[in-house]
Amino acid sequence: MEQEDGSQDKTAGHVHAIEADERYQRLVTRRSRFGWRLTILMLVIYFGYILLIAFEPHILARPLGSGVTSLGIPLGLGVIVAGIVLTAVYVRRANKVFDRDLDALRKDHGA
Amino acid sequence: MSRWPITRTALIVLALGWPAIAAADALTGQTEQQAANWPAILMFSAFVLATLGITRWAAGRVRSASDFYTAGGGITGFQNGLAIAGDYMSAASFLGISAQIFADGYDGLIYSTGFLVGWPILLFLLAERLRNLGRYTFADVASFRFAQTPVRLFAAFSTLAVVLFYLIAQMVGAGQLIKLLFGLPYTYAVLIVGALMTCYVLFGGMVATTWVQIIKAVMLLGCASFMAFAVLWNFGFSPEALFAKAVEIKTGIAAVAGASPEEAAAKGLSIMGPGGFIKDPLSAISFGMALMFGTAGLPHILMRFFTVPDAKEARKSVLWATGWIGYFYILTFIIGFGAITFVASNPDYLMPDGTLKGGGNMAAIHLATAIGGDIFLGIVSAVAFATILAVVAGLTLSGASAVSHDIYASVVKHGEANSADELKVSRYTVPVLALIAIVLGIAFEKQNVAFMVSLAFALAASGNFPVLVMSLLWSGCTTRGVVVGGFVGVTLALVLTILSPAIWEAVLGYEGAPFPYSSPTIFSMTAAFLTIWLVSRADKSGRAAVDRAGYPAQRVRAETGIGAAGASEH
Repeated sequence: MEQEDGSQDKTAGHVHAIEADERYQRLVTRRSRFGWRLTILMLVIYFGYILLIAFEPHILARPLGSGVTSLGIPLGLGVIVAGIVLTAVYVRRANKVFDRDLDALRKDHGA
Repeated sequence: MSRWPITRTALIVLALGWPAIAAADALTGQTEQQAANWPAILMFSAFVLATLGITRWAAGRVRSASDFYTAGGGITGFQNGLAIAGDYMSAASFLGISAQIFADGYDGLIYSTGFLVGWPILLFLLAERLRNLGRYTFADVASFRFAQTPVRLFAAFSTLAVVLFYLIAQMVGAGQLIKLLFGLPYTYAVLIVGALMTCYVLFGGMVATTWVQIIKAVMLLGCASFMAFAVLWNFGFSPEALFAKAVEIKTGIAAVAGASPEEAAAKGLSIMGPGGFIKDPLSAISFGMALMFGTAGLPHILMRFFTVPDAKEARKSVLWATGWIGYFYILTFIIGFGAITFVASNPDYLMPDGTLKGGGNMAAIHLATAIGGDIFLGIVSAVAFATILAVVAGLTLSGASAVSHDIYASVVKHGEANSADELKVSRYTVPVLALIAIVLGIAFEKQNVAFMVSLAFALAASGNFPVLVMSLLWSGCTTRGVVVGGFVGVTLALVLTILSPAIWEAVLGYEGAPFPYSSPTIFSMTAAFLTIWLVSRADKSGRAAVDRAGYPAQRVRAETGIGAAGASEH
């Protein structure tokens, strides 16, 4: 919050130094690209499912085999599992790669 | 913190509760069976006593505003993940979704998927940045580089709107549940919930709220696991056998109701695919957006990210939370179908007209009786009650922090309030919020719980979510842009919901709702994003220049955490 930062000048210098650091730029670019890719993947999976419900509900109601279990059941549960898996993928990458880069950056900029 | 007020409140709760149970017992023969359910009463009392004990312990640890709002920032990622799950798996999820599946089958799964898929989005776009920028409320983040007063006022307004609608849903669920369990009048049930949540939040702040949520999450997951296991065990762990039996029972019910054999068979099989819940494509997409993006804009959920020490723990908490919540929704799906097979054709659980005893939301509760008798009914009822308490405590804390941190400390005192005064304002706010929740809970007795929750999600998706995303990710965003855009989103979501069939026709009793779709979000959220963009672009004020110039510093802190508020600030 701006009113808490009494040392505006020091902070501003700090910000410039970090912004100019190409490791910072690389980290931010890579991380945000990765985040957006996963976001888009999640949106495609979920809204693909919703659009199927909206336009072709009979496909979801179709039985899988000779029984009553419909295609919609593995698909619906699959959306839930996909959400958990994508979350795990992000956390794994962040723990392994992004945190290592971030630690180096933080150390050099005295945080 | 003196100790006697807790004891006094506990006594008031007991004084309110016990004679009323006896009175209800004497007055109505119909609820006799439930009132004599001692395992349920014992479980319920044990939970209340345990949580009040925790509150008493927590009260000694709440010394500063930071302790009150965020438990001093000392919660681990694993604990916070469970607490988030405890905060999020509401009565609407447990009772509402299993009831939806009980009634319409597959449609309930559409709710579940929507409730889950917001979590990855919250992680990929917001969670770590939130932790790095904020201290107590999401408004800290939304207003980081902007003029404080207008952004804080918007955030407080939208927080209170979301919290109130969500609270009403929880209160209605609590009232129905306790009415069924104890034969207690609805009003008394709502009063007890209001008194207990006031007690937890007022004395124990975030410490007590977190532990109530963790305990509740463990109990709820344990119970739901057992119920799903018992259902599957009855069908030799064959989902197909479970679904086949459910279809057979639904077919039988349709035949009894007078359908021809073909119609009845079609009706029975209809529970295996999407049904009448989604009327048109636009409503489907709009509703999906509300659930997905609403999750990432719920103030009481966002607040939980400030209870962990750093961005890494914030990230871990989302993974834990998503895992537990996803597992829970898979369980509710099994529980809902289990309820069809055990409850739907059993006259013990039905009224003479074929509807469920105690109302539509009681499918999971009746299933508990069918599986484990009165003892398990008692356990599940106590758990469902704990569920509601944990959620309302989180909501109340979030509402109180909007008033004390965003309005009082940031707007009235221009950020100069001392911690003790801020804490005092929070504590005055808690009973006021509880009173409003009680009054509205009574007023909205007949509403569908799940519908009220989806309204809260639509508001969060149309206000908080666009404001957070734009202020965090777009350098050109200005104070005027987020405030105008945020208000447009929230107002539009509210107005369109009132004009939609769910309120215009079902509540107000008019005909031909002017807004024909079931969710406003596709319009209101889009309008919010567009307005923020247009107004920010057109904003040539001096403040706008300051806002844009502040972006690099905000971004450095959001991305690296350098300069972020740490775990021990007091």
